[in-house]
Amino acid sequence: MTTVTATPDDFSGSHAHHDDHADHKPAFFARWFMSTNHKDIGTLYLIFAIIAGIIGGAISGLMRAELAQPGVQYLQGWASMMSGDQATLDQAYHLWNVLITAHGLIMVFFMVMPAMIGGFGNWFVPIMIGAPDMAFPRMNNISFWLLVPAFLLLLGSTFVPGGTGNGAGTGWTVYAPLSTSGSAGPAVDLAILSLHIAGASSILGAINFITTIFNMRAPGMTLHKMPLFVWSVLVTAFLLLLALPVLAAAITMLLTDRNFGTTFYDAAGGGDPELYQHLFWFFGHPEVYIMILPGFGIVSQIVSTFSRKPVFGYLGMAYAMVAIGAVGFVVWAHHMFTTGMSVNVKMYFTAATMVIAVPTGIKIFSWIATMWGGSMSFKTPMVWSLGFIFMFTVGGVTGVVLANGGVDDVMHDTYYVVAHFHYVLSLGAVFGLFAGFYYWFPKMSGKMYNEVLGQLHFWVFFIGVNVLFFPMHFLGLSGMPRRYPDYPEAFAYWNKIASHGYEIMVVGMGFFFVNLIWSLAAGKKAGDNPWGEGATTLEWTLSSPPPFHQFETVPTID
Amino acid sequence: MPISRPEQDLPGPYVWRVVGCQGLQGVETLMKMVKSVVLAGLLAFAPVLGHSALAQDNAVAAPAATAAATPADSAAAGNAAEAANATDAAPAAATVAAPPRMKPTLGIGMPKPGEYTLQEQFTSTGRQARWLHDIMLLPIIVIISVFVLLLMLWVMFRYRQSANPVPSKTAHNTTIEVLWTVLPVVILLAIAVPSIGLLADQYKPAPKDALTVKVTGYQWYWGYEYPDAGIPEFVSNILSPEKALANGEPNLLAVDNRLVLPAGRPIKLIITGSDVIHSFAVPSLWVKMDAVPGRLNEKSFTIDKPGVYYGQCSELCGARHGFMPIAIEALPPAEFDQWVLSQGGKLAGATAAPAGASGPQQGSVLPGPPEGAPAAAPAAAPAKI
Repeated sequence: MTTVTATPDDFSGSHAHHDDHADHKPAFFARWFMSTNHKDIGTLYLIFAIIAGIIGGAISGLMRAELAQPGVQYLQGWASMMSGDQATLDQAYHLWNVLITAHGLIMVFFMVMPAMIGGFGNWFVPIMIGAPDMAFPRMNNISFWLLVPAFLLLLGSTFVPGGTGNGAGTGWTVYAPLSTSGSAGPAVDLAILSLHIAGASSILGAINFITTIFNMRAPGMTLHKMPLFVWSVLVTAFLLLLALPVLAAAITMLLTDRNFGTTFYDAAGGGDPELYQHLFWFFGHPEVYIMILPGFGIVSQIVSTFSRKPVFGYLGMAYAMVAIGAVGFVVWAHHMFTTGMSVNVKMYFTAATMVIAVPTGIKIFSWIATMWGGSMSFKTPMVWSLGFIFMFTVGGVTGVVLANGGVDDVMHDTYYVVAHFHYVLSLGAVFGLFAGFYYWFPKMSGKMYNEVLGQLHFWVFFIGVNVLFFPMHFLGLSGMPRRYPDYPEAFAYWNKIASHGYEIMVVGMGFFFVNLIWSLAAGKKAGDNPWGEGATTLEWTLSSPPPFHQFETVPTID
Repeated sequence: MPISRPEQDLPGPYVWRVVGCQGLQGVETLMKMVKSVVLAGLLAFAPVLGHSALAQDNAVAAPAATAAATPADSAAAGNAAEAANATDAAPAAATVAAPPRMKPTLGIGMPKPGEYTLQEQFTSTGRQARWLHDIMLLPIIVIISVFVLLLMLWVMFRYRQSANPVPSKTAHNTTIEVLWTVLPVVILLAIAVPSIGLLADQYKPAPKDALTVKVTGYQWYWGYEYPDAGIPEFVSNILSPEKALANGEPNLLAVDNRLVLPAGRPIKLIITGSDVIHSFAVPSLWVKMDAVPGRLNEKSFTIDKPGVYYGQCSELCGARHGFMPIAIEALPPAEFDQWVLSQGGKLAGATAAPAGASGPQQGSVLPGPPEGAPAAAPAAAPAKI
């Protein structure tokens, strides 16, 4: 199969070298750049996400350095470095906005989503349902390769004018009119195009997952027997499919407002800036569930595996995710509580938002019930999952506080919100990612990771992110607004502690990278199933790593 | 959109903005033009005035005000009498001196170092909301988090592999599943009732006699206009760190011209944006309302006590988003009336006061509180490192 053009012969059973077909890999370029193999594409997604994560994480390091003490210490120097000559203070402040924008967009679109859905989804959804590959392997490839130019467009936007200085300084929400009349220059156009392309990539991926899960399950693998990770990716794919086109429409109108004189978001021309916010958050709220749902799925698999017990309340768990996905579409305006909506609308969105706590609570309690009566071992994937469950609970309960429209008035756009969404994402989704990474690393690479380094990674990272994000609750209660490069002296104390938390977190990440390199180079060989009897899903029936094409003979599930 | 350089914020564009941003017509335009010319003239002397005002504090004010200048936080009835006297004696409103600039009380109306709670509240809905958070929400979420943590620790201890080598195979228990669905619903309902009540209270329309102030967000300062009192818009810029320090005010929160409001009287803010979306936020009053171009948002409240209450723009609005603070000076009603008169405004229900009639006089008081020198502030802000 060195040829990259498919012929009917490739798909027929009478292939010339039938015996070694399963492990016959194409040459390097064809394998990695023109791949139609879900595992290779999953690997590409993971590599991409790690690179994007390093960039996005480094940006947050710049931000924490600047925020470590009051005053503006570094921004002007960095702005001068980037523009090549002495930057004004306004350009320095603009650079701050570019940093917060880039951090948000990179972490959401180029780190969490590619890793969760593109990486683990690609790798394990087909295997877990007993399919040989994704339904549309070539579409799978284009999904990945659209991400690369999208990322380059976003990175490139930081080097062209975007208003007061270089780069798009609109926040990841790209609110009009700051993003239209407020940001002259091509930077915001590039950022919008980047989102367009990343969105197209995700929509194609979503179609692929839905088709695969609905049509390619092995005999006996009914919907109600699917592993919860597959359920989570299925729900996520539907959210992507329904939410991303709305984002595409919203940012297309931004583009035409910016470049072709339309006034969708300009009151002077009959439009409304609030329209953009409604459209954006109609996408944006499901988006946060897109980021966390696969994490739910991963944690369910791991908790079951390391408790050596089936998931408690399987159907409740699956339909809780469906409920979260459905309700997630009708709560968007809680992101807009201070825009001046009417009291009835605010009451509705308060009540609807609180409803989400119910299925989320079902999940938390079901995980604990899964462990109850189990026989637990605390390998690295399990400690990450336990961290996930508790930290997500903490982030979830502050979400209940924020859901109250009347209370939110004072917390909206403060660090309380920053703390809340970092607890559910940086300590939720990212913990889910690390849990999944350690859980499946032996399967994907065929090598065992180093357990000591894995545990060190967890504990140092866990302490770091808590020191980093917990004080932000206090800053928010005290009134510190988001997206500020400088702050009154009174906020200095907790900001300093938060910045120290970042330093601890970075040390933890050091253990991760050392572990990654060491394990790939010199890790012990992993058996088919390193986790024992608790690991019951289909990927553990295959070799580690699995053959290039698995399930030449379709498995039957009883 | 031109980059706003520090020097561009000096008198020229400043005056232009006052005239240009309102879409005026006819007489009003003329008046504003005259006013701005006078203003421009005044601004030339502003640094001197500002300096002496700073150096001598109250002493520089007009004799009437000197007599009335008691410490700011003692809202004495004597003050009111003084103010009334001044009004009687004064032939024109412009000769009424503004009350002395109020000194903020440390830790009131501003964040405290190392604080881990909400700021102390000075409106009734603010206290109600803070009650909901402190007495209801915070205990509930702490209890839930601790409950989950304890369950997890117990499970990890009791069902560790060495203590429980043979796992059970239980995967269902309808009773407990119903329980952990219904119980959260009950808790949420218990939260929802006071929460919805709070919303209803926050949206109670202001009484007819409420003082209306129009608040406009600009890149990157605030404009305040008192249509009821006939005081035209003046702008409020951040103070430089040096000036804030000299004033005894917190850095990055202090402004040159504060939003002056009466304590104890209902207030209705009409909030809008001029260029991009800003957000008018004052944590100690539980106020946060977006300033959206093309929309007029309304927020009503009554400030309990005289004092200085600080806030900051709370919607990303461009480069100097972090440098357009809000400072509200809530005066005792009598002193507020005095302030209105000093600005050439008219009191509610009063027919006196030549407010609005005399352009130059209005212009002359536009810079507002003694420390004013609004021209210096925009330039000073970016100069800080």
